[in-house]
Amino acid sequence: MSTAADVVTSILLLASVTLVLLACIGLYRFDDVLSRTHAATKSITLGVILVAAGAALQLRDPGDTAKLIIAAVLQMVSAPVTAHIIGRAAYWSGTDLSPDTVVDQLADADVDQFD
Amino acid sequence: MIDVVTTICLVILAVSAALCVGRVVRGESVADRVLALDSLLVVIVVGVGVQAARTGSGVYLDVLLVVALVAFIGSTAVGRFIERRGTR
Repeated sequence: MSTAADVVTSILLLASVTLVLLACIGLYRFDDVLSRTHAATKSITLGVILVAAGAALQLRDPGDTAKLIIAAVLQMVSAPVTAHIIGRAAYWSGTDLSPDTVVDQLADADVDQFD
Repeated sequence: MIDVVTTICLVILAVSAALCVGRVVRGESVADRVLALDSLLVVIVVGVGVQAARTGSGVYLDVLLVVALVAFIGSTAVGRFIERRGTR
C-alpha cells in the first residue's frame, strides 16, 4: 500500500466526516424544519461522495468501487427527494416557521391546489 | 497512519450521531424526528465506508447499500403519512 494513496484517502475521509459533523450541528442548532432540511441534505450528500471516493481509493477493487459509486449516486438522487417530501409535508401541515423568516411566498396560496 | 485517521473519523462520526439523537429527543415535530433519523442512517453509511477504508475489505459495502436504501424508503413513506396526518 503506497503512502500517497493513504494520504489522499486520509484527506478525503477527514473532509467527509467534517462535512457530516457540520450537517449534524446544523440539524441540531437550526430552529425550523425547513432550515434543518437544508442543513441535513447538501453537506451530507457531499460527505457520502467523499467517503465513497476515499474507500474506493483504499480498496482498489472494481466490484467494491461499483458498490460505492451506486451508494453515492443513490444518495445524490434520494437526498433531494426526501428533503422535498419532508419539507412539503411539514409546511402544508402547518409547522411553525423560524421567527427570522424574511419572506414566505406560499403564505396566501391555496392548499388544495397542490393535492 | 490510516488507523489513526480512521479512529479520528469514527470519533467525529460518533459526535455527529449524538447530535442527531439529540434532535430526535428534542423533536418539536414528527418531521424533525424523521429528518434526524434519516441523517443518523446516513452517518451510519459514512461510518461503514470509513470502516471499509480502515480494514481494506469490502464485505460490509452491501450493508452500506441496504442502509442507504432503507433510509430513503423509510423517510419518504413517513413523509407521505405526515402530509396526511399533520406534524403532531
